[in-house]
Amino acid sequence: MQNPDQKPLRSFGFHTRSVHAGARPEPNTGARAVPIFQTSSYVFEDPESAAAYFNLQEYGNTYSRIMNPTVAAFEERVGNLEGGIGAVAFASGLAAQSAVLFTLLNPGDHVVASAALYGGTVTQLKHLFRKMSVGLTFVDPDSPENWKAALADETKLLFAETIGNPGGNVLDIEPVAGIAHGHDIPLVVDNTFATPYLCRPIDWGADIVVHSATKFLGGHGTSIGGVVVDSGEFDWSNGKFPVISDPSPAYHGLAFHETFGGYGYLMKLRAETLRDLGSAMSPFNAFLFMQGIETLPLRMERHVANAVTLADWLRGRSEVAAVRYAGLDDSPYSTSRAKYLPKGAGAVFCFDLAAGREAGQEFIRGVELFSHLANVGDAKSLIIHPASTTHRQLDEEELAAAGIGPGTIRLSVGIEDVDDLIWDLEAAFARIA
Amino acid sequence: MPVSREYQEPETIQRILHQARTVAIVGLSPNELRASNFVGFYADRHGYEVIPVNPREDEIMGFRSYPSLEDIPKTVDVVDVFRDPSAAINIARQAVAVGAGALWLQFGVISDQAAEIARAGGLDVVMDRCFKIEHARYIGRMHWLGFNTRVITGRRPAHLL
Ligand SMILES: Cc1ncc(COP(=O)(O)O)c(C=O)c1O
Repeated sequence: MQNPDQKPLRSFGFHTRSVHAGARPEPNTGARAVPIFQTSSYVFEDPESAAAYFNLQEYGNTYSRIMNPTVAAFEERVGNLEGGIGAVAFASGLAAQSAVLFTLLNPGDHVVASAALYGGTVTQLKHLFRKMSVGLTFVDPDSPENWKAALADETKLLFAETIGNPGGNVLDIEPVAGIAHGHDIPLVVDNTFATPYLCRPIDWGADIVVHSATKFLGGHGTSIGGVVVDSGEFDWSNGKFPVISDPSPAYHGLAFHETFGGYGYLMKLRAETLRDLGSAMSPFNAFLFMQGIETLPLRMERHVANAVTLADWLRGRSEVAAVRYAGLDDSPYSTSRAKYLPKGAGAVFCFDLAAGREAGQEFIRGVELFSHLANVGDAKSLIIHPASTTHRQLDEEELAAAGIGPGTIRLSVGIEDVDDLIWDLEAAFARIA
Repeated sequence: MPVSREYQEPETIQRILHQARTVAIVGLSPNELRASNFVGFYADRHGYEVIPVNPREDEIMGFRSYPSLEDIPKTVDVVDVFRDPSAAINIARQAVAVGAGALWLQFGVISDQAAEIARAGGLDVVMDRCFKIEHARYIGRMHWLGFNTRVITGRRPAHLL
């Protein structure tokens, strides 16, 4: 085996890793961009190799429902940026979340989740868990004590968002992770709104990080995708997770934690859960996400700068009752923001129109540049009225818990010229005057 | 307890992987589902000469198994240990005695005492790392499964994987 003639390894910076992690030049052709490996399956060298790949004795490609080189480049890039040991990509953010839960939970288990989550996640947890006979308790995420009080013997994980959608709650990650670990269970954090550029939850003790790559990671509103990152630090052999540590009947008796150590959870997530649920990311989407991540730090700087300017401007408007953005100094989350989000609190926030529901809908009719749609994290600025759209399935109590009122407007601030965005909102205010 | 980074140096790991020819696997199990068997299978596939050390077996994976390191009639480049940490100390002494090149303690085989003995005897030491994973990280295909290899390079690999 030849000597690689390699320079000493270096801890590269975030911008460098955003461009390079996971994307070595392709050995066969020298292609510098990650090729789109648009193939369902892979020819084996010989029967022994085929057997070794299926037995997981060798890392090899078998079938693109389970792995694909383009998707793998995306996975390694996100895993690297989050400071994890690796990642598994999924067809959507919600597919990623359901795979995390499906891998860890059995009927009779219990989960404690933040009440201030993306509406689609609230719905997913409630309905999926009912079918799986998993217990669920929602808590006000702002005080770590609430998390502790909700723990039961059957509790198997805690679930929260770094920055809540759309209330903008900033999770106090460190003590909540401490509560999880005191109970021998992992903390799972949805880091979609912060992205690893603004916050890396694993640095603060989170065990598993999930993303809707659809949002800022991709950054251009082109593709649906999700990804799960594992810190590799959680001890799955602590007795609470026989689903990971015992020999698996779904993989001819393989004990994932014993065989793969800290890599066992991700191996199981891929080789069993992704294999069985079938919610794989397409290579083309992975290619677009890779392209997006190359500019993630640059875009996030601009997203945040524009959001701060707009929030500050909105705060001065008489039509606005409140602006809920953790990036403002008077936010109740400014302490957590300074600790966990020193580069900024992201670019999604809400404000409440004093005039209520009808004014909210009228305001949306008044914008020209902002796009009225149900997404966030696009380079283009987006606007929506949550009570009548994304959070429509929630009842009054749940709406209040998620911090949504009848006149709440949610913005996802893009990277346009901020003067143009102010011009646009000014026209909308004129319409409701 | 975190393992000292001095026993997980990427440069040392790469040098061992590139220079080694013979790998004695202490505690190699004939059971195909055990981690040691995964590593033995993988090392053999990637061109290393695997030498089982397991007093309970005569032959593992088709290779003659020796009761101890001292019984092996050839040079051992890497002593790869799948035993509990308390056993690692004596294995380290034997590794020094037979003039092995490196002591490699697998995941969970954490013994500062064993590491010290081997280092004082002139061996390279790796602790709480997996031989298979590290090989796959630097020269294998670990990145095909979405793992964070931390390898960043703009050079075209000199060989096909
Ligand atoms: C915070 C958050 N998590 C998860 C999701 C779900 O992601 P996806 O739409 O990719 O399934 C969304 C989508 O809006 C989100 O905003």
